[in-house]
Amino acid sequence: MLKSPKGMPIRFALASTALLVCLAVAKVQAEPSKSFGLGRPATVEEIQAWNIDVRPDGQGLPQGKGNAAKGEAIFAAKCAICHGDFGEGIDRWPVLAGGGDTLNSEDPVKTVGSYWPYLSTAYDYIYRAMPYGNAQTLKPDEVYSIIAYILLMNDVIEDDEFELSDKNFTTLRLPNEENFIDDPRPDTPTLKRIDPCMKDCKLEVKVTKRARVLDVTPQSDDEDAGRGAID
Amino acid sequence: MSQKKKTSIETDLNASRRDFLRSSIAAGGAIVAGGAAAHADSDPAITQLQEWARYLGDGVDRAPYGVPSEHEKHVVRRHVGWLTASLESSVNFTPLHELDGIITPNGLCFERHHGGVAEVEPDKYRLMINGLVDRPLVFTLDDLKRFPRRNNIYFLECAANSGMEWRGAQLNGCQFTHGMVHNVMYTGVPLRYLLEEAGLKTNAKWIMPEGGDASGMNRSVPLFKALDDCLIAFKMNGEALRPEQGYPARLVVPGWEGNMWVKWIRRIEVGDEPWHAREETSKYTDLMENGKARRFTWEMDCKSVITNPSPQAPIKHDKGATVITGLAWSGRGTIPRVDVTLDGGRNWHAARVDGPSFDKSLHRFYYEFDWNGAPLLLQSRAVDSTGYVQPTKDELRKARGENSIYHNNGIQTWHVKNGGEVENVEVS
Repeated sequence: MLKSPKGMPIRFALASTALLVCLAVAKVQAEPSKSFGLGRPATVEEIQAWNIDVRPDGQGLPQGKGNAAKGEAIFAAKCAICHGDFGEGIDRWPVLAGGGDTLNSEDPVKTVGSYWPYLSTAYDYIYRAMPYGNAQTLKPDEVYSIIAYILLMNDVIEDDEFELSDKNFTTLRLPNEENFIDDPRPDTPTLKRIDPCMKDCKLEVKVTKRARVLDVTPQSDDEDAGRGAID
Repeated sequence: MSQKKKTSIETDLNASRRDFLRSSIAAGGAIVAGGAAAHADSDPAITQLQEWARYLGDGVDRAPYGVPSEHEKHVVRRHVGWLTASLESSVNFTPLHELDGIITPNGLCFERHHGGVAEVEPDKYRLMINGLVDRPLVFTLDDLKRFPRRNNIYFLECAANSGMEWRGAQLNGCQFTHGMVHNVMYTGVPLRYLLEEAGLKTNAKWIMPEGGDASGMNRSVPLFKALDDCLIAFKMNGEALRPEQGYPARLVVPGWEGNMWVKWIRRIEVGDEPWHAREETSKYTDLMENGKARRFTWEMDCKSVITNPSPQAPIKHDKGATVITGLAWSGRGTIPRVDVTLDGGRNWHAARVDGPSFDKSLHRFYYEFDWNGAPLLLQSRAVDSTGYVQPTKDELRKARGENSIYHNNGIQTWHVKNGGEVENVEVS
């Protein structure tokens, strides 16, 4: 057998070199988990300033309280211009109240009361995004009061003196919580189930729906009559 | 003025009538005058000296940041007035029928805002990571650019793309039916690096990206996705993100619904449970016929659309050589196959996917054929690399009803009429 200068069998030496090369390549290709030493520690004050999110388990709720009587006045001053005095929604602005028993109808009305699964979403969203155009300015007591008024409009509470606070917030449940389900897609055919037809797939083809029946495309006659909304 | 107010279809039809007359005269002339007709009907675009061939044009730097030709002024994003309450919480649409290849020019990428465009000053840009981490950290934009970078081309599609078509054909133009999608090359750093820099606690399962805009956009993203292929991007197609696309930095969530790609991203909180934010409960949940609603429907299903011809881009030429082209994409992979039908789905033909095929990117397809001038019912049907077959709209309605708004990836039908005009229809 050939010997390498140090007396190691050459085949073994080659093999171990190859192994080392492999290891080196693997190391280069692997996701580096080392620290880059970038960024700086966030201060407690900085985290407090931005950490505004609220979860269904109550994490993030600030101290505070309010009731629907107070909330109605705040709502009238800061919210009603878009949402209407009773949360009915002006023009295409979101409807906040009502809509019970409409979700399985042709015209579902999705409101805090009829659709939203968790009340915490109201706190999280109202503070971070409302009033529209003057976000992140409401005081905690104002947010609790507004939410109490929204609950009253949706018949989740009946007493406009009921004090909603960070202490009792998570005890309130919204009626539609149980109606949310996980994503079951794919829920239409895949190649595993069906090979798409290529030839003589139908006997006849008829036009069943036409855009021109009601022309809601921009720059056409009925462009403001479209169905559907995005907000 | 009245000329300008004509719709593009009217203008195009007039143009095709003119073309037809011109070719008829040419043919007639040829019979009467024989070879002399060739001279009489010569094209003035050739025989007359054009201004641009004679006089000097503009010098360099007329437009230090270049803009498209003035003849392309109609190629713009457009919105649909009746869809939203205000322009600050609205959407406009990419003019897909004017584009080719797979890359969307930055200025034509559709916009979707919930509190208007945040004008973030880059010197004041900060990204915070807090929550279930060992070290809550703050990064500047310069810090982000010191991590190893990645370049990837991904489509971004709004979950509500084609949402107005759930109950039937409504909007006449693929810009409006399918234009909430764009496809650019992102340069950014893997989110994984940033999270590992902060040190994930063992009970970390979710992250909540949050925008620095006036809507404070927030969503819950499962940690497995965050660690897999998410990027914090600061460039699109080589240049800084456009303000309306999240300047100076946005989250990239490949293959998943556009709402999760938080723009102007200012913070990422790490947690052990999802947040159930407004945009993943009240919105971006899919209401079924029975009143139940699907949540966390993140992946964008395989989809395709013929972009030309389409209602805004009728066929302007006579019968003969004709090119059908369109886009196909899937949030689950690549697109190995697109079929096209000319007769409303009776018979299908394999289309040709041309150009690069990237994971979770738009794909460009073509189908070339000899048009006999008769009406057509055009459809395209994509199959993705997982074997998912793009469904018909009726199949989707059968599975989900008509109220789900989001994730409408059904097969689109365009009715090409005798004159080349095209209408958005559905067929049996």
